[in-house]
Amino acid sequence: MAQIYDFIYNLLPYLGAWLRGLLQGWGFPEWAIVFTMGLIKAFLLANFGLIGFAILTYVERKIVARFQDRLGPNVAGPYGILQPVADGIKLLTKEDTMPAGADRWVYNLAPLIIATCALAPLVVIPFGPGAIGADLNIGVLYALAVGAGALVGVLMAGWGSNNKYALLGAFRAVAQLISYEIPSVLSVVVVVMVAGTMSTVGIVLAQDVPYLFVLPLAALVFLMSGVAEVGRTPFDLLEAESEIVAGFHIEYSGMKFALVFLGEFVHALVVSALFAVLFLGGWRGPWLPPYLWTLIKMSIGIFLFFWLRATLPRIRIDQMLNLNWKFLTPLMILNLIGVALVDKGLRAAGVTSGLWAAGMFVFNMAMLIGALAIPGYLGHRARMAAMAPASEEELEALEAAAAH
Amino acid sequence: MTLIQAVFALLAILTLGAGLLTVLSRHLFHAVLYLILSLLGVAGLFVLLEAEFLAGVQVLIYIGAISILIIFAVMLTRGMARNPGPPLNNQSLAAAVIAGLFFVLLAPVIAGFPWPQTTQGVPADTIEALGRSLVDPNQFALPFELASVMILAALIGAIFIAREKR
Amino acid sequence: MVPLSWYLLVAAALFCIGVYGVLARRNAIAILMAIELMLNAVNLSLVAFWRYLHPAVTTGQAFALFVLVVAAAEAAAGLALIISIYRNRETVDVENIDLLKG
Repeated sequence: MAQIYDFIYNLLPYLGAWLRGLLQGWGFPEWAIVFTMGLIKAFLLANFGLIGFAILTYVERKIVARFQDRLGPNVAGPYGILQPVADGIKLLTKEDTMPAGADRWVYNLAPLIIATCALAPLVVIPFGPGAIGADLNIGVLYALAVGAGALVGVLMAGWGSNNKYALLGAFRAVAQLISYEIPSVLSVVVVVMVAGTMSTVGIVLAQDVPYLFVLPLAALVFLMSGVAEVGRTPFDLLEAESEIVAGFHIEYSGMKFALVFLGEFVHALVVSALFAVLFLGGWRGPWLPPYLWTLIKMSIGIFLFFWLRATLPRIRIDQMLNLNWKFLTPLMILNLIGVALVDKGLRAAGVTSGLWAAGMFVFNMAMLIGALAIPGYLGHRARMAAMAPASEEELEALEAAAAH
Repeated sequence: MTLIQAVFALLAILTLGAGLLTVLSRHLFHAVLYLILSLLGVAGLFVLLEAEFLAGVQVLIYIGAISILIIFAVMLTRGMARNPGPPLNNQSLAAAVIAGLFFVLLAPVIAGFPWPQTTQGVPADTIEALGRSLVDPNQFALPFELASVMILAALIGAIFIAREKR
Repeated sequence: MVPLSWYLLVAAALFCIGVYGVLARRNAIAILMAIELMLNAVNLSLVAFWRYLHPAVTTGQAFALFVLVVAAAEAAAGLALIISIYRNRETVDVENIDLLKG
């Protein structure tokens, strides 16, 4: 029994060791083995992203349909489960157009860059003990840095299309992405500071208590800025399906459009995977095998995204920028300082795991409530002041107007 | 030629080729893209030098921030991009001679000098040591704080200069 | 192992490319990009020296980080200046921005 459990628990590392032994038996030199193993890992991870994309398109439509009391896709296959295949075939057979005067190379390369930069962070996502593309010692930094590459792709798409709406869309997209990268990076910094490592495996191993309960504020801000970076409702004003046609990718059709779309969905997948790794304890959990835990925790983030999309209205662009620059960024800077002080103080007082986590939780929740209460109070007062007539003269003027 | 040397050669060609195209490219937007490629090559060389942290920071700051800023500037001065005119000024020949001469003078010195080399490996906790040295009063705490103040001043100045006057 | 001099040669070549760009380009933004290339060349040689001479001491990497900060500040301030000039004069060609020339 224990052996079976051990086999399931370490399935992927055992497979890796078996493959390595096989290749050694065939007389491969060391560098060829490393190269082959890397290729296989890259193939598996890329396909994880692609299959995840296909499943997500289906699941999103199903879930949102449920929220809105509809059926969702239900024609292709049982329960419409073949819908992604049908979509894929449709996109493949679409005409591949290119706008006149487009910057050929730039226009064609942009979707590739967007898709690649979305897929690349999967390398540092641990799916189980020893089951990771590469355990880099700068893991989280790598994920953030590679994700930033997508910005270049977005700008290339906007510029290469030779369409001013695409260009404006790219401007808006990059403004939003680059703004929300700041609170997102700051919340990751809080995690890295508490865990004492940038390696994703190290961060998972450091979470005896999931960081969701140790750093709830950072988790919340990471999730919010994650939603904004992925560009989903309520932050989907770049695309705003019901108002404007599309953003920077308006000129793309067929397979290139599919690549841009894939970039968006895989980005959502990566953000929720990072959320699982940074705040939910990655593969760790009781009873179930680690791979299952990873997938369950990833789907929590994904489901939150869909839930938000089905529930919240779209916010305006000034609200979006205000939320970031006047609320999230200062809040995260204060939180970074506060967490550093409390962490240092607790550790200096010799407080260990359970109590330490409780102390951090209390501090973070206090900060969260305070941060929500103060703007709430100020906003309430401002609204009251705006509603109440300011002076006697205005009252008289109002009465005079009413008398007429 | 070992594998590492081959990788180095590829990265060097990428860096230098893209760098050359950056300064020669007629179209400014393409120049920025080549600049990004060149910076990516430098990040790759950092990885070969086992400075992974710097490579990550290079990609995050240079490609994710600085080159985006440059692209924004290119697009805001779009009037120039539409009719670029000759990209080089009339002293380009002299400039080429100077730059080439500079390299010709530097290269033999670099190639001929017997550089001392340690066989020491990179310690495993380099990133931690780097972080500690940046906030250590005996090492870089003061320069670090000064750098922060400088970048804050630069940002405020940039906003003040570029803001539309009403 | 790659010898140190190879890295230094690449850095020197990159620096010279940057010098050429600064001297020969007309567009101010292109000049700024050439300066970024030069800063990168300096960073490359700093990190190469760190790796090959004193890998146990972090000075080389710390200096490279400071160069990065300076590059960011320079890009922000420089581009703001260029945009401001463009707004006033409708050009970023350094040949035409010579009001102070005697």
